[in-house]
Amino acid sequence: MTGSSLMVVVMRRIAVAIPLLLVISFGVFALVHIAPGDPVRSLLGARTSDPVTLAAIRARYHLDDPLLVQYGKWLSQVIRGDLGVSIQGNQAVTSIIAGRLGVTAFLSLMSTILVLGLGILLGAVAAFRHGTWLDRLVVAFGVFGVSAPTFVTGIFLLYVFGVMLHWFPIFGPGSGFLDRAWHLTLPAIALAISVMAIVVKITRAAMIEELSRDYVMFARARGLSSRRILFAYVLRNSLIPVITAAGLIVVGIVAGAIYVEVTFSLPGLGALTIDAILKRDIPMIQGTTLLFAAFVVLTNLLVDVIYALIDPRIRFCRVAS
Amino acid sequence: MTAPAIGEARRRNQPLRVPIVILVAVLIITAVTICAVLGERIAPDSPFVQRLGVGDTLPSPAHIAGTDLLGRDVLSRVIYGARTALVGPVVVAAGAFAIATLLGLLSGYLGGLVDSVITRWVDFMLALPAPLVAIVVVGVMGGGYWTAVLVLVVLFIAPDTRIVRSAVLEQRPRPYIDAARSLGISKRRILFVHILPNIAPIILAYAVLDFGFALVNLAGLSFLGLGVEPGTPDWGRMLFENRNILFSNPVALLLPAGMIILTAVSMNLIGDWLLERFAK
Repeated sequence: MTGSSLMVVVMRRIAVAIPLLLVISFGVFALVHIAPGDPVRSLLGARTSDPVTLAAIRARYHLDDPLLVQYGKWLSQVIRGDLGVSIQGNQAVTSIIAGRLGVTAFLSLMSTILVLGLGILLGAVAAFRHGTWLDRLVVAFGVFGVSAPTFVTGIFLLYVFGVMLHWFPIFGPGSGFLDRAWHLTLPAIALAISVMAIVVKITRAAMIEELSRDYVMFARARGLSSRRILFAYVLRNSLIPVITAAGLIVVGIVAGAIYVEVTFSLPGLGALTIDAILKRDIPMIQGTTLLFAAFVVLTNLLVDVIYALIDPRIRFCRVAS
Repeated sequence: MTAPAIGEARRRNQPLRVPIVILVAVLIITAVTICAVLGERIAPDSPFVQRLGVGDTLPSPAHIAGTDLLGRDVLSRVIYGARTALVGPVVVAAGAFAIATLLGLLSGYLGGLVDSVITRWVDFMLALPAPLVAIVVVGVMGGGYWTAVLVLVVLFIAPDTRIVRSAVLEQRPRPYIDAARSLGISKRRILFVHILPNIAPIILAYAVLDFGFALVNLAGLSFLGLGVEPGTPDWGRMLFENRNILFSNPVALLLPAGMIILTAVSMNLIGDWLLERFAK
């Protein structure tokens, strides 16, 4: 019964994710047509506009076909891993993306660890010390984090720890694991702060509510230690709302990475996207956007499945309804 | 639900006590508004006059916040920057909520097919990674301040509609609606004369919060080079243009950066407080 109901949940989520991915891919495809001016000119870039090249571009992007046919052909190429050619260096979009993926992946992973580790810890501490100065400090940090954009905190971090104190390098991604981690510390913190604020807020609220429940009082009355009550019962139950916020966290990290990479001049996918936008390199923009969007949708799908796995109420409720 | 109602009544009768933090936040927003309206009178210098021979200099008596790479007075640029910092977010918050209020009222009150179509659309929009969509769509459309404002209005409509809809759903079962219906009052009148004033505090509080998000997003797009036109005095754009003079005149970056944080934090504090005080 459990296995089959879980399967139902998974199938339902996939049934939502696939149309979403299709709509997003259509939007990404349509970027060529949203861009001001003739699509052929957009795709031509800096190349000379002789009739042969123009005809080649029309053929390559099937621009003479009806819109939906164009989309179908483009999508089948994308699915086979062909994202087209960057108009800047005549290099395949996929190979450029592959070369830039490392920095972004490292940066995102580092700040995700910070967001979850530090965010949940701060939220839990604030809830446990509810009403004290420590709690108020954490709440203030939450308001600050939600309001202060990544690029602004990044500039302050860069100035204080890079320029004034010289603790961290202010340029480049570094090479090798430790050197890279050292180079990406400030960017990862800048990226983590705003997303962490969300996690702190949710954990704190969930935990305050959980601490006021009868079972906590009962456990105290039975003489269980505070630590055991906190970690074995309260924290576990409080983490469920954090999982539901996973979508916000993933979007925050992906979009934040774009700003952080530009702020710290890091050669990652985000900086690549902005560079492509400023140079009107449509195939490149399509490639990175599709990758980012697919990553967000698929992570959300994965989180939904994990959510159904941990919280039995979800799968029974949904199946029953 | 009777106990909170008594508490609510008691609270409403008390004189309005505004915490110090909120007063400070209101003061900051007032100061920024004054800068936006009276920029010409207040600014010590023109924000546009270039002194290429001078270049970027540290703060001095002549230029309190120093000058940027083109020798322009940083303080004057920050004061003029209050305009794009306020106008766009106000348009985004007002525009998005104007449309969202209409959609939310219809969806929440009428129910049925209208509700399910609007709700589906909201769910779809919320599944999109909005900040990413903003960057890519504004960028591909060629950038520009008003393009960015328009795209943000469209992206803000969905979450705002959800807020209005749930506020309407909360009003719907209340006796005054039944009373109005039994008196034969038209749907339109019930929606706009009876429900709307009751959910107005919620809309106002969330509109203030929208302002904060819109400010940060617009500044972000300008920081990426996709917002305001080059040369416009704008806080986000200043961060973009002055990126390379962090060593020679850090004030040219830290001042606009600080203003973005101060304004956004103030608006979020005011919004949270309004929500807590009037909308619950």
